[in-house]
This record gives sequence, structure tokens and C-alpha cells, in this order.
Amino acid sequence: MTSTAPGLLVPAVDEDGAPFWDYAARGELRIQACADCGRLRFPPRPCCPYCRSFASEWRPVSGRGRIWSFVIAHPPLPPAYQERAPYPVLLVELAEDPGIRLVGDLAAESQQGPGHGQGQGHGQGGAPASGGPGGGRRRRPAQRAPEPRIGAPVRVVFEQPPVPDCPPLPRWALI
Amino acid sequence: MLDGFKDRTAIVGIGQTRFGGHPPGRPPEHPVESGKELACRAVLAALEDAGIDPGEVDALASYTLEETDEVELAAALGLGDLTWFSRTGYGGGGSCATVAQLAAAIAAGQATVGVAWRSRRRGPRGRPWQAPGAAAEPRPGPAQPRQGGERQPVAAQWTRPFGLLRPADEVAMLTRRYLHEYGATRDHLFNVALACRNRANQNPAAIMYERPLTREMYMDARWISEPLCLYDNCLDTDGALACVVVGAERARDCPRRPVLVHAATQSLPPLHHGMVDYWCEDPLASPGWTAAHTLWKNADLTPEEIDCAQMADAFTPQVLFTLEAYGFCGRGEGGAFTEGGALELGGRLPVNTGGGGLSEGYLHGFNHITEAVRQLRGDSTAQVPGASSALVTAGECVPTSALILRAGEGGRR
Ligand SMILES: [Zn+2]
Repeated sequence: MTSTAPGLLVPAVDEDGAPFWDYAARGELRIQACADCGRLRFPPRPCCPYCRSFASEWRPVSGRGRIWSFVIAHPPLPPAYQERAPYPVLLVELAEDPGIRLVGDLAAESQQGPGHGQGQGHGQGGAPASGGPGGGRRRRPAQRAPEPRIGAPVRVVFEQPPVPDCPPLPRWALI
Repeated sequence: MLDGFKDRTAIVGIGQTRFGGHPPGRPPEHPVESGKELACRAVLAALEDAGIDPGEVDALASYTLEETDEVELAAALGLGDLTWFSRTGYGGGGSCATVAQLAAAIAAGQATVGVAWRSRRRGPRGRPWQAPGAAAEPRPGPAQPRQGGERQPVAAQWTRPFGLLRPADEVAMLTRRYLHEYGATRDHLFNVALACRNRANQNPAAIMYERPLTREMYMDARWISEPLCLYDNCLDTDGALACVVVGAERARDCPRRPVLVHAATQSLPPLHHGMVDYWCEDPLASPGWTAAHTLWKNADLTPEEIDCAQMADAFTPQVLFTLEAYGFCGRGEGGAFTEGGALELGGRLPVNTGGGGLSEGYLHGFNHITEAVRQLRGDSTAQVPGASSALVTAGECVPTSALILRAGEGGRR
């Protein structure tokens, strides 16, 4: 990953992943598929692990999925990330193939409050963080950010981060 | 399959330096030597323990992330004519592989005296994103050099831009799904942290010696990456460790009781992706499952016959994954297994009896090997009475490795 002035990390694109980011720049979510056996695969790679074909295509997908898991990242973090901590990161399984799972953060439109953190006051030995909302964080209803949960439906939203030379990133909005 | 390997080699010497760490809120207690000096001191200590002259060493093995290379070590210590050397990859996943590869080389007649080591001196790049190329300097291209020449995983483009930055975040993702899927709780993670801490409290060499942990401390601790809190994370440690491997016959003439390398394996399961193992068919089936399959197939022992286990514990949930993978309980039962003091001394399966990575020190798992050797020699600070077999596992959630060690016969003391 390369770093830019605000300190956000942008994708360090490799040859196999380049088409994904090219489509992302056009607001399309596409996943590599084998042109012979038809199976989707992720991350992109030159050869199909199921039939060993080198022929592949980039198939459009609906951009709908469900949360397979998520974390809430807290400091210590690099400054640009520390500013918005605690923040959630999701792992989303795609509707077309639950075996294709994409990491992403919450889209801005999912974040109604100022930022998606909820300030202090977490970790006071509350409920075990077993997939429950916010993993035991104390709630502040006044500026309640949406809380991910395992199994929740989401849809992809492409957003341009405030970073030069960064492609729009596929993020997830809670439905 | 590996009958030609079983019990053919033995660990006959171990050595280590003082462990340096920064317990939360405390400054370093003493100045720390360079990584190269630490490596030299640990290797010499291990050779002295083995009663073997450095000039006899003809094989070396360490991790790919080791910064003191074979050339420097051999030159500094006056080692012999090296006929075999290797590096094992994937961070803590490489720990047992160092011994496994030396044992294979010696069993195959490629070498006679092997030394494995790991030395760690934290520089200013204490955080993953501070590794050269990780974030500090803009560098184009897919694979960028990391600490010790390791390369940034290509998978980083799929995770880092979204703020999934640290190993703790990557493992927390699997952990939340695991807790959700199997009904395990933070109390189960605490049981792991506590067992390691309790053993470290008995071990004067451990960073957490005489620093007890309570449930209240654990539950009130700050989060690092929910659902993982401070005490679910291993200790950042400076120090070095080493061990000496020779053929079983020679081992009988060494001063210490030999510890036989009974079975060993490495494991990289299909479609596995290292820390972000989210894209294989079953992300909660860790690489340990593959390692365990090979290990037990090639061993004369079953999980029930293992007297103590030194388990990968960069993060507490990895111990739950490992308990299941190696067949100490059924799938999804790792949390329940930890109840009732099962992991404590005197419990069903004492684990990490030196304190482990969570409380003795984190040197990418090499201290699990030395602690297993102490147990089988009978001189651990938390001795399992009459221990004659030990399982050692390397880092979970990465391509991994594992050993079954047994107490051998011989040795003058
Ligand atoms: Zn195919």
C-alpha cells in the first residue's frame, strides 16, 4: 500500500487485480470468473484453481450481499485511521456466490452521525461480542451510527476517498 | 509415510537471551542489544547446553523474517562448513518448520549438527504499517519489501484501504464469526489468556512474571479490534532463542536428556491466504487442521496421549482454533474445552507452560519449542509431572507447522 498526505492507504494494484479497480473506477463491481468452468474466484489470479484454465472474464455482479463478519478497530492505529476510530470493517459475502467475500468499510450514507465512531465508553465488560451490535460498546442514542451485525443485508456503493490517485472504493451500505 | 524420520533426530540444546519488553505503562527495564548480538548469544548458549563446539555446526534454519542472516551468524560465531541452510516463511507459522527442516536434513544425511534460531529486536518500525513499504514511503508495484525482506501480501489491496490494517484486525474478523457460529464467549478467550498468564507468573524469565491477570482486568481492558481486547494480543518482545538438532545416536552422548523429534509437518491448505484467510471454502478451518492430519498420521501417539501442549498464541482465539484442529475436542468445542481450568497446570491439557506468546514473550513462537524441551527434560518452571510427550504448534491463520516431541533416553544429566 502506498500512503498519501492524509495517511489513508490506497490499493497497491497488481496485474491480476487491475481489472477490478478499472471497473471500480466506472462504478461497477465485477468479479473474475473462469471462462471455461464458469466459477467465480477471488482474489483474482491468473489460473482457475478448479479447472486450471487460464481463460477468464470479469462478470458483473449485483453488488448485494450479507455481512459474514466484522470488526471494530480501535487505536493504536495510523493517524488517519486513529482520527475516525473506533470504526467498523466488514467482510461481505456476495449474493451470487457466498464463497466470494469482500472486505469493505461502511459507506458514508450508512453513517448518519458525525463519523461512524461512538466515542469513548466501550469495553466495560458488557455482553460478549458474539456478533451482537457493536460488540458490547455502550450506546449513545443521540448520534447513533448504524451498527453492523452478522447476516445483515448490504449493497455496494462506490465512493471516492479524499486521496489523489485513488480509485473509487467499493464500500457497503446497510439496507 | 515418514517412518524414516520418526525419532531419528533430537533437540539436545536450547538457549535464550533475556526477554525485553514494555509491560503497558512501563519503560524498558534495560538497554537491549542489537538483533545480531542477541542471535549470537542465544545460539552460543544453545550450543553450550548441547556440549557441541560451534565449529561442528553444519546446518542452519531460521525464519524468512529473521534479520540476522546465515552469513553473518556463521562468520560471527566461527561456525563450521555449512552444508545446509533454509528459511521458513509466514511469520510465526515458521517456528516449528525450522526444527522440522533441520530434522529432515539430518535424517536424510545432508547435515549432522543443525541450529535453529529466532532473534528479534524491535526497531522504530514497531507497527505493521510502519514497515518499509507498508505505508511510510510511497512505492508503486504489487509486492513491497517488508521487515526482514518479507513482502507485503498481494491481498493487502483488498483489505488495507478499508482500514483492516493489523494482524489483530485480521484475526478479529475470523474470531467474531467463530464466536457467532459456535456460541463461544469472551470468557473462553479469557481462559486462554489466564492460563498463559498464570504460567508466566511462575516463570522468572517471562515478561509477565509476577504480574497476575484477573477476569476484571480482562473484561475492563481497552479494545484493540473488537472482539479482541488488549489481553487477547501477544507481547511485543526483544530477545533471541535457539535450539540444536542432531541425529538420535549422537544425542545419547550429549550432556542433556535428548528430546526426540517424533513427528513434524508444515501445512498450506488449498486456497489458503495467510492472515486474511477469507476466501477459501471454510475460513474457520485453520491451517492447523491440515497440519494435524499429517502429524497424527505419522505419530505413534494420539491427542489423548499428549502430556502438554505449547500452542500458537499470537492471539487468544488461535488456541481455540488449535484445540479443535489437533483433535483435543470437536469442531466448535474449543471454547467449552477451556472451561474448568482445562488449560491450567493439573488440567486436562496444560498449555503454554512457560507463559506463551501472550505472557512469556512473543518471538514468533520459538519459545514454545524451548518450553516443550524443558518439559520433556523435567525442568520447566511449571513442570507437568512425568511429561513424556509434547505438541508444539506454530502460528495459526497462516501457513503453519507443528512438532510432536518426546522425551528420549541418554544424556549425562
Ligand atoms: Zn475453471
